[in-house]
Amino acid sequence: MSEEVKQREPLFSPKNKKLIFNPLSRENPITVQVLGICSALAVTAKLEPAFVMSLSVLVVLAAANVIISLLRNTIPTRIRIIVQLVIIASLVILVDQVLKAFAYDVSKQLSVFVGLIITNCIIMGRLEAFAMGNKPWPAFLDGIGNALGYGWILLVVAFFRELLGSGTIWNYPVMENLGLYDFGYKNNGFMILPPMALIVVGIIIWIQRSRDKELVEEK
Amino acid sequence: MKALRNYIDKIKPQFQKGGKFEKLESTFEAFESFLFVPDKVTFKGSHIRDSFDMKRAMIVVVVAVLPALLFGMWNTGFQHFKSLGETVGFWDQFLYGFLKVLPIIIVSYVVGLGIEFAFAQARGHEVNEGYLVTGMLIPLIVPPDIPLWMLTIAIVFAVVIGKEVFGGTGMNILNPALTARAFLFFAYPQDMSGDKVWIADKADAFSGATPLGDALVGNFENFQSASDMFFGFIPGSVGETSTIAILIGAVILLFTGIASWRVMLSVFVGGYLMGLIFNWAGANEYMNIPPYYHLIMGGFAFGAVFMATDPVTAAQTKKGMYIYGILIGMIAVLIRVVNPAYPEGMMLAILLMNVFAPLIDHYVIEANIKRRLKRIKVKA
Repeated sequence: MSEEVKQREPLFSPKNKKLIFNPLSRENPITVQVLGICSALAVTAKLEPAFVMSLSVLVVLAAANVIISLLRNTIPTRIRIIVQLVIIASLVILVDQVLKAFAYDVSKQLSVFVGLIITNCIIMGRLEAFAMGNKPWPAFLDGIGNALGYGWILLVVAFFRELLGSGTIWNYPVMENLGLYDFGYKNNGFMILPPMALIVVGIIIWIQRSRDKELVEEK
Repeated sequence: MKALRNYIDKIKPQFQKGGKFEKLESTFEAFESFLFVPDKVTFKGSHIRDSFDMKRAMIVVVVAVLPALLFGMWNTGFQHFKSLGETVGFWDQFLYGFLKVLPIIIVSYVVGLGIEFAFAQARGHEVNEGYLVTGMLIPLIVPPDIPLWMLTIAIVFAVVIGKEVFGGTGMNILNPALTARAFLFFAYPQDMSGDKVWIADKADAFSGATPLGDALVGNFENFQSASDMFFGFIPGSVGETSTIAILIGAVILLFTGIASWRVMLSVFVGGYLMGLIFNWAGANEYMNIPPYYHLIMGGFAFGAVFMATDPVTAAQTKKGMYIYGILIGMIAVLIRVVNPAYPEGMMLAILLMNVFAPLIDHYVIEANIKRRLKRIKVKA
């Protein structure tokens, strides 16, 4: 009998590793599933708020995934969306309060967008698609993976927008120290405007698809 | 000529499949067809094929733009010396402007065509001629003192994001030349505001207000006379000032049938109508200026003749063209008068309607189908 006990899956089995690494590239929530675009446009004018935003989403998504996964067999199907929302909202309030207490400036910059994590489609999407049908550990990894996939796109977009739009990297005046302004260089005001975030995300999608042809839809 | 033909025929195999420079095939093809008429014929049936191809259409547009360009060059010099209080001869004025505008044209073509060739190589299709016109229009809608690096960035943006991502010439949603200008407008507003324009190098970077800028702040005593505006002796972007030079171009375009008279006419009608509506409302001084002023100020005429009529981005159906044109005219004047943040509304109006053109066409076609279906039912 004891020989027939199913061997426990190692914590980082190939299947679990996939949960983390796939959302970074091939199943990226922003560039492939095109979810969570609104916050990607709103908070990426500078690196600092983009980083804090990614971190907040990471915490909320990982915790919500675990909680929903633990409750998954007790939630009645008909009211599952409400239950998910209550859990996400509670977590977001926690994150918001922590930010207000320890990083007040950034929390002011992010203003309403911390609260709007509640409506971030990535979180609802993962809860519905993954946490409702999987065990807590894989759900946790899935949450981390998707939040990282979301986060690195945000950081790349914010890097270019801050560098070209404000001439700084994490508030460090790069362009000024290089002395480019003396040559008549000027910051590109278009980079600060939200449409440019969409275009930068579009360029990332373009590069990704021309490298990975399987992502290109058939006509 | 014959020697050139022979030379091209001699090196041709090297550029075809299996040749040494196989990768440069589309570049070679572009130069060959630029020098000689393309020798393509139809394979099936008896289609009559006029040699009126895209290249010839584009060249006609470039010719139509020339009067505005030449006048713009002269006017640049004229405004420069006028502000300095010097009187110099006609040719000196022209030469000054020519030297000012020429680098812009060269940068425009080198950068834009460079990208076109690169994309054609990478994708393995022919080099499209669309940029010939865009490259000529861009220098005409920027201020003469635009820093060349800014221009380069704008052109890269316009050609790559505005055109190539959609599939190149003929597939673009937005007019590429206007995309370049819009990019400059939003990226470097202090250089592109539309209400002030650079005039002279000396005299502490003197910049004068354009009529649009004067109108916006209610400075109507400063207003140039209508005839000055019509002939174009006013400050402004290179090609937009002289309505008469633009109208010469319009005649060429209409005579050769390249631009649609429906679009052109309805843009002017729309602008005039909106001017009349504002006259009727008459809430402030700007609203009370004669409607025809709107048609000769700023870039209205230039936009109506060369930008709105772009066959790729305009509406395609006949009814759609009227709607498209009238809305451009109305929105342009509306933006000018009502929104103080944007002294010149023509660019934004055309870009906006570019986006809506497919929608307009869709509904015109749907309406037509519905109308004809009704006819069937009545008979049955």
